[in-house]
Amino acid sequence: MTTNTHMNFVRVCKVEDVPFQGARRLETPVGEIAIFKTSDGEIFALKNECPHKRGPLSEGIIHGHAVTCPLHNWVIDLQTGEAMGADKGCTPKLPVDVRNDGQIYLGLLVETEEKIPA
Amino acid sequence: MTEYTKPKLVVVGNGMAGMRTVEELLKRAPDKYDITVYGAEPRVNYNRIMLSPLLAGEKTYDEIVLNDWEWYKDNNIELHSGDPIISIHPQTKTLVAESGSTEKYDKLLLATGSDPIVIPVPGHKLEGVISFRDISDVDRMTEAAKHKKDAVVIGGGLLGLEAAYGLSTLGMKVTVLHLAPHLMERQLDTAAGHLLQNELEARGINIVTGADTSELVGDDRVEGVKLKDGQTFSADLVVMAVGIRPNIHLAKSSGIACGRGILVDDNMITSDDDVLAVGECVEHRGMCYGLVAPIWDMAKALADTLAAADTSGFQGSLLSTKLKVTGVDLFSAGAFEGDDETEDIVFRDASRGVYKRLVLRDNKVDGLVLYGDTADGPWYFQMLKEGSDVSEFRDTMIFGQNLEAGADLDPFKAVADLSADAEICGCNGVCKGDIQNAITNKDLTDLDQVRQHTKASSSCGSCTGLVEKLIGYTLGNAFVANDGPKPMCGCTDWTHDEVRRLIIAKELKTIPDVYQALEWKTPDGCHSCRPATNYYLLCAWPGEYVDDSRSRFINERVHANIQKDGTYSVIPRMWGGQTSSKELRAIADVVDKFGIPTVKVTGGQRIDLLGVKKEQLPAVWADLNAAGMVSGHAYGKSLRTVKTCVGSDWCRFGTQDSTGLGVKLEEETWGSWMPHKFKMAVSGCPRNCAEATIKDFGIVCVESGYELHVGGNGGIKVRATDLLCKVETEQEAIDYCMAFIQLYREDAHYLERTAPWIERVGLDYVKKRLLDDPAERGELRARFIESQEDSQNDPWAERAAGVDKHEFKSLERV
Repeated sequence: MTTNTHMNFVRVCKVEDVPFQGARRLETPVGEIAIFKTSDGEIFALKNECPHKRGPLSEGIIHGHAVTCPLHNWVIDLQTGEAMGADKGCTPKLPVDVRNDGQIYLGLLVETEEKIPA
Repeated sequence: MTEYTKPKLVVVGNGMAGMRTVEELLKRAPDKYDITVYGAEPRVNYNRIMLSPLLAGEKTYDEIVLNDWEWYKDNNIELHSGDPIISIHPQTKTLVAESGSTEKYDKLLLATGSDPIVIPVPGHKLEGVISFRDISDVDRMTEAAKHKKDAVVIGGGLLGLEAAYGLSTLGMKVTVLHLAPHLMERQLDTAAGHLLQNELEARGINIVTGADTSELVGDDRVEGVKLKDGQTFSADLVVMAVGIRPNIHLAKSSGIACGRGILVDDNMITSDDDVLAVGECVEHRGMCYGLVAPIWDMAKALADTLAAADTSGFQGSLLSTKLKVTGVDLFSAGAFEGDDETEDIVFRDASRGVYKRLVLRDNKVDGLVLYGDTADGPWYFQMLKEGSDVSEFRDTMIFGQNLEAGADLDPFKAVADLSADAEICGCNGVCKGDIQNAITNKDLTDLDQVRQHTKASSSCGSCTGLVEKLIGYTLGNAFVANDGPKPMCGCTDWTHDEVRRLIIAKELKTIPDVYQALEWKTPDGCHSCRPATNYYLLCAWPGEYVDDSRSRFINERVHANIQKDGTYSVIPRMWGGQTSSKELRAIADVVDKFGIPTVKVTGGQRIDLLGVKKEQLPAVWADLNAAGMVSGHAYGKSLRTVKTCVGSDWCRFGTQDSTGLGVKLEEETWGSWMPHKFKMAVSGCPRNCAEATIKDFGIVCVESGYELHVGGNGGIKVRATDLLCKVETEQEAIDYCMAFIQLYREDAHYLERTAPWIERVGLDYVKKRLLDDPAERGELRARFIESQEDSQNDPWAERAAGVDKHEFKSLERV
């Protein structure tokens, strides 16, 4: 047996289901994820947890390509997941893909176990 | 040409002493060594002195981590956690780890810490007998507290009492068995020991002194503890906390000289020149240390040695002690027992539970014990360290430093008098000078920034007051000098007042209009300026401006208060603090139906339902609406509550119908958005049971009418109200209230409460606008009423009916 890891893109919602300067959240096998849409229409996905005290980032105010955590105002860069300013910490970022069908796809790492052919 | 390779430093022990030394070394010589760390525990470095708050549930593991994985990576430190070193070979400068791997070193640092002492009485190996030393002990205690009832802690010293307090907080019935005649005899004198015993007994902890354990009884698991005098105590869990012993096995077996601990000189070098040692495993000038402060001193001396800096080495430390039991303030230092040649100064205040004792020798502080009021601990401790002659003020010194300064004339006196190397934060070893340097060099202006940059006050928090004073003292004149109007935030150079004026002058009616016309530097502002701009537009164009929910803080966007775990609290409005059986029944039904975990009565006379999931909010509101209740706006920068006493309806002292007036005020003003939260109260007589004089707008009823008070605050900085004026009728009281609110709405900066607003603009200005010209007062009132036309729609009802549905619903799980 061996373990293979590959990126699997799954459909989550339509682009317009996420409000501008807004976010939606969803459960996934890797925990709760927040999907953000900034004022310029870009889509980002982060684990829905501030690196500081695990505040739900989906509930924060979104400005530029950043979100401010609702609990203690840490500002997280949506492009990298890194805390900005004097704060240090990082939230895992997930790949997203907006396809021609107008749907948002979220990239999840999937492990599959395969038998090595004898 | 030869390639330069850095000498290799290997640290054995990933605890506080070892990592503090590495931090100090990196400060001095960041690139001097290649650093590798071996630790026995399978985790990063955490703050061991915070195990007690962790056990008591006051901190989480994440909060006590000192250096996370990133830190090791960022500093190029190779960390082998969970892989203890098992032998040292000084001849070949080689280490062998448990995993079998070997490691070469140029310099070796031993920071192996200490082991808890286990008393070898019969039964000490039974299951359920543990020590209190690391995270896994805490886990075991937490686990035991879930199923077991009785805990016995053997040892009433610092660690034992903290363990006892933690277990008792977790719900266990705790008995402390202590050998000496009073608790913490190494840190406390008899009087303070007894005060502490009374305090802990009052909290339900059973304390037995003079208790000599003879055996632990039980078959496989421990069931009880037996004393030599025959007394027995049943126990599901026994914690041995009788002391620690330096961990010297590794050093000793490789031929490094050891006494009780690993022997080191003032430069922290052992009998082998290339092997150094630090922390609890060390014996220096005959002393072994188990407290954090001297270990920080060692770390600094050792870092100097490694960095080849000029150093006076470690000279030994005087010890001071604080107990981390919430609500017990205790400080001791030096030789407090005294002898024939010492004199005592003692102060007792039984009603406040305060005891202070200073031990003087030749007019110098030789030791001290403070119980109940420890604010002056650092001051006395500094005199002790410096050997200051106290003869000039020894008559009054027991009353503390403020008295010395001529009462409370200068609030900064206490910190001003401390020397630069006086330690402010014991947990993180941060001195006054470190904090002042950070404030000056990095332009820090508040507590949070100081915490971020220095770590001071970021662990147990007991020094927060001192740190705040130090910030005020350090910024002092600079703070006043820079106190002109500041830009709203980094997104613009305009001030709050300018933005408000320009919105009206240029007739700007949306946030993008404002940002465009005023040349904002960011595309769509930030979490600071967007909510402010949204409010200014709402206030400037009532009925016309469409509120931007994306520029609202989450609480105002979803009309409930977010809690630390991401759930929400719901507070229905109860007009004037009155409720009824029907409302209470409906609330009870909602609590049961939605499984709401906590119901709490608030300070503003409302009922708070805590722990509601976001998805549940619309349904919870629908049920509350059905019983006639609406949003209490406890989440908003808006009218919160009107607190009242029962007034002339019931009270034999009541002069007016304070409850009725409170209800009317609340009906007139609820729903209004304001610069910040706004609280009101009406008291029926000058006894002021509704605490009207610490509210934003408070009414105190008297026989001849109504006193109107403004600008009070009961929060971080308590401010009593200023008297605005006195009026004769209820209607006047309501009219003045509306005019005052409108003035505040139009004039204050966003997030400025009435108290700082009035201090900024002056009471005279407020009086001039409200009292001098009845016509102007009338216009303010009229504008308020106009603004209310569009704001008294219950936001809960709207959302229960489907507004902003997407806010409350997660996407489908994938």
